[in-house]
Amino acid sequence: MSFTTPEIAWAPLAPVIIVLGAAAVAILLESFLRSPETRRKVQLGVSLVALIAAAGTAIAQWAALEGAGTVVLDGMLTVDRQSLAWQVLIAVFGTLGALLFAARTRAGEEAFTPLGSVAPGSTEETLARRKGLQVTEVFPLALFAVGGMMLFTSVTDLIFLFVALEVFSLPLYILVALARRRRFLSHEGALKYFLLGAFSSAILLFGAAFLYGATGSTSYAGIAAGVASVTGVDALVLAGAVMVVVGLLFKIGAVPFHSWTPDAYQGAPTPVTAFMAAATKAAATAALLRVAYEAFHGLEWELSWLFWAVAIASMVLGTVVALVQTELKRMLAYSSVAHAGFILVAFAGFPDGALSALPFYLASYGVATLGAFAVITQVREKAEDGTVLGEATRLGQWAGLGKRSPWLAGAMALFLLSFAGIPLTAGFVGKFVAFAAAISEGGWPLVLIAVIASAAAAFFYVRLIVLMFLTDVPDGQEDAIEIDHSPLARVVVIVAVAAVLLLGIVPGPVLAAFENAGVLLLGAAG
Amino acid sequence: MFPILSVMVALPALGAVLLWALPGGARVRVREIALAITGIELVLAVVLFLQFDTGAAGTIQFSEVYSWIPQIGTSWALGVNGIGLLMIVLSALLTPLAILAGWWEDKDPARRTHYLALILLSEAFMIGIFAARDVFLFYVLFEAMLIPLYFLIGSFGGGQRRYAAVKFLLYSLAGGLIMLVGVVALYFQGPGGEQAFLTDNLTHLPMSTTAERLIFLAFFLAFAIKAPMVPVHTWLPTVAETARPGTTALLVAVLDKIGTFGMLTLCVALFPEAAQWAAPVIIVFAVISVIYGALLAIGQKDMLRLVAFTSVSHFGIMVLGIFAFTQTSVEGAAFYMFNHGLSTGALFFVVGFLIHRYGTADVTAYGGLQRIVPVFAGTFLVIGLSALALPGLSPFVSEIMVLIGAFSVAKVAVIVSAVGVVLAALYVLLTYQKVFTGPAPEGRKKVRELTRRERVVLWPLVALMLVLGFLPGIAIDTLREPSADIVATVSTEEAGQ
Repeated sequence: MSFTTPEIAWAPLAPVIIVLGAAAVAILLESFLRSPETRRKVQLGVSLVALIAAAGTAIAQWAALEGAGTVVLDGMLTVDRQSLAWQVLIAVFGTLGALLFAARTRAGEEAFTPLGSVAPGSTEETLARRKGLQVTEVFPLALFAVGGMMLFTSVTDLIFLFVALEVFSLPLYILVALARRRRFLSHEGALKYFLLGAFSSAILLFGAAFLYGATGSTSYAGIAAGVASVTGVDALVLAGAVMVVVGLLFKIGAVPFHSWTPDAYQGAPTPVTAFMAAATKAAATAALLRVAYEAFHGLEWELSWLFWAVAIASMVLGTVVALVQTELKRMLAYSSVAHAGFILVAFAGFPDGALSALPFYLASYGVATLGAFAVITQVREKAEDGTVLGEATRLGQWAGLGKRSPWLAGAMALFLLSFAGIPLTAGFVGKFVAFAAAISEGGWPLVLIAVIASAAAAFFYVRLIVLMFLTDVPDGQEDAIEIDHSPLARVVVIVAVAAVLLLGIVPGPVLAAFENAGVLLLGAAG
Repeated sequence: MFPILSVMVALPALGAVLLWALPGGARVRVREIALAITGIELVLAVVLFLQFDTGAAGTIQFSEVYSWIPQIGTSWALGVNGIGLLMIVLSALLTPLAILAGWWEDKDPARRTHYLALILLSEAFMIGIFAARDVFLFYVLFEAMLIPLYFLIGSFGGGQRRYAAVKFLLYSLAGGLIMLVGVVALYFQGPGGEQAFLTDNLTHLPMSTTAERLIFLAFFLAFAIKAPMVPVHTWLPTVAETARPGTTALLVAVLDKIGTFGMLTLCVALFPEAAQWAAPVIIVFAVISVIYGALLAIGQKDMLRLVAFTSVSHFGIMVLGIFAFTQTSVEGAAFYMFNHGLSTGALFFVVGFLIHRYGTADVTAYGGLQRIVPVFAGTFLVIGLSALALPGLSPFVSEIMVLIGAFSVAKVAVIVSAVGVVLAALYVLLTYQKVFTGPAPEGRKKVRELTRRERVVLWPLVALMLVLGFLPGIAIDTLREPSADIVATVSTEEAGQ
């Protein structure tokens, strides 16, 4: 068997190469820069430059792309407007995430542990903290994650799908474990995320093997052709397809594959939660869209029950369980489960509209999520002696925040209203286009359930708004909360507020851009 | 042409932003600024009314259409026919009066700023909704309006205000989201394209009977909650009891009219067949609202709750008029929407003034005010009589139009509703008797007479009701053609079957 080197068109891969290349350089910088302070500044600079350059390159390619797109690496990757749109989105989330990673409290405290390898509460930890050590590896890790996600959105081959999945998952497992405070919680979340993640990767790989066995191909085009032509191995095809879809649903965080979300969201350092919630969901949705539309289009009828069931379960369970949460990050985690359900609503029935609706939905969800978690990093507990502790994430602690810090609380309220889908916010337009896509393929019962879930979900979003604006600070608790003023986190909040309003009031240009990105993929899939 | 409607939407919205942006020092004058903005708005509304061509009241005038989100077919499309015109005039009239009525409510300038900015924001949304000629735009404003209202109810007012605000929000949101399904579904029934949501492009759509009925129900439910009709009315008394009288006056007198306005201009106009199909059931609920609202009003001790229940009763009459589909009844219902705004607005204001003096809305705490403050008593009596539709005051004209108009098609409903009118006499006069006659309670011998500011709030409303009571033609002329169009839409649909 002779091996021929595949022809690689490097240029279309430029955005991914920039990010992964910068990640490699950043790793080297770790060894050469001694002072933690310099390292942090340089790493932040490298990350921002790389991510913005990647977003810029992707936009330039998007604008310059003629025809359907480019097939790279013998059909392993497809660079078309759809994948470029997702790449821009993920690079933007990465940029905002990197800003949050670097944010520090007024007292100079970071979100990450000074040294990940020492046991919580040990003497070594205290020493590391006193010495001012910093885990600046989080920046290259995040870059690897972003690079993997960007690759994930353009993959058109199951083997490569698995590789890209691991490239972005492994750094995330580590990042989740690096919280500075409540480290056991962080470790627990990371371990759960890792174990269930490894499990789901295995399921995906197993499914890929089934599909290869049934159709003799791992490429999406080959599988699509096989699905249409092979007979007698239907069970194998179907089992393979379901397993691949399940692997991806795990990353989206849909019921019943959601059980890692609350623990990982709660345990992870909040900047990581913010980045992960926004970007992973986007990347996984992009990959699911592509595999479903390109490889499994012939199985639409067989798979639709799965999407319907998972969508309904996610919406109902996410909403109901979120109603009883008293911890803010867990509440947002369950709300993200409900949002996974809304994503699948647009998806059920494989309407063409989903290809342009979902990038918009994820854009609106992502900016609001990043903004909301950025606000969370700013609200801190304060000990009686006046030292500032970790984030105040119990709901009750947010009582009266609107009087203390009206702008910050106002921004949080805006993000919550966007999650709830109130008009004039991005979330409303997102829901509208998603529901419109679903109804176009007759999915209106699903949409009806979705709106009922939205109304119920509004209750817990509104509950936080009530706490912030209509409730007074409990007696004796006046000094229990400290509002931090981290400039970097504030930048993220301001950008997110602007984006939520802009996407809510004048979504036209962005919708048009995604519409342009949605039509062409089908052309390429032909 | 001068985009007067866009200006009328933008002015209060910008005013709200201005108030919030004012530096601390300038907030001393915040009431005057807000009053000036709403005053300009009222002048614009009067100009709108005078410029309106009554000869062509059925056609959309002052029309403006700009592309907004072409990808989903929505436009910033404004325009009014006679019905929308009157509702805009009503909104522009009541907002400055509500600001005047609550002149001394807040001591803290920051809170005062917040309150007035929210009032201005609500005014912008109200006028936008009454002028919207695009279903999507209507929906967006309809839902967005909940945010200022939610804070108006939840941040300002008494006891259970948080509970009331959340109850109000969840009721409205539930209705609104179901309407959203209808809005999206309507899009796929319509012509599509960049102006898919223009109301004009959505009338006379060829729809399957089932689709039309389901979409109709989605819209109707949202409007019935807003209107509010029995059995989805329960948020209103809770809100009325806890919110400030000024807020409630705006809410009941203007905002709730969006419910009946929506029924008239969207439900019936877009889905005539379904409207006709549902009319018998809706009329039954309307009649239940009339009687149930009136009976509960009689039983109330809290005057704010009482007024809220009278409104449930009156909204029942409006809905009856709309769904009777005769020229007179529809015209009467549209006219009643305006008159009820004047009458109930005045009623909430005057009850608010009483509460300001006594510190309670409980009717049993009052007595003998007639001799202490005769002018106050007289004003209260006239306003109360307008609520029971005394001849000579404009609500009488509209109520009698609805009942006469509907009689030919729904005899039983009209006869039963007429009982509601009798009950109205009971709850108004009993309240008057308890508050103003008999002996004054101990320690309440000295009460302030109606102040000049309070007269400025109440008397214009009374005067307007008197003028329209004797010369109803001024308003009805603008309503005749739009009502005729609505009736024609329904009857052609009938003839076509």
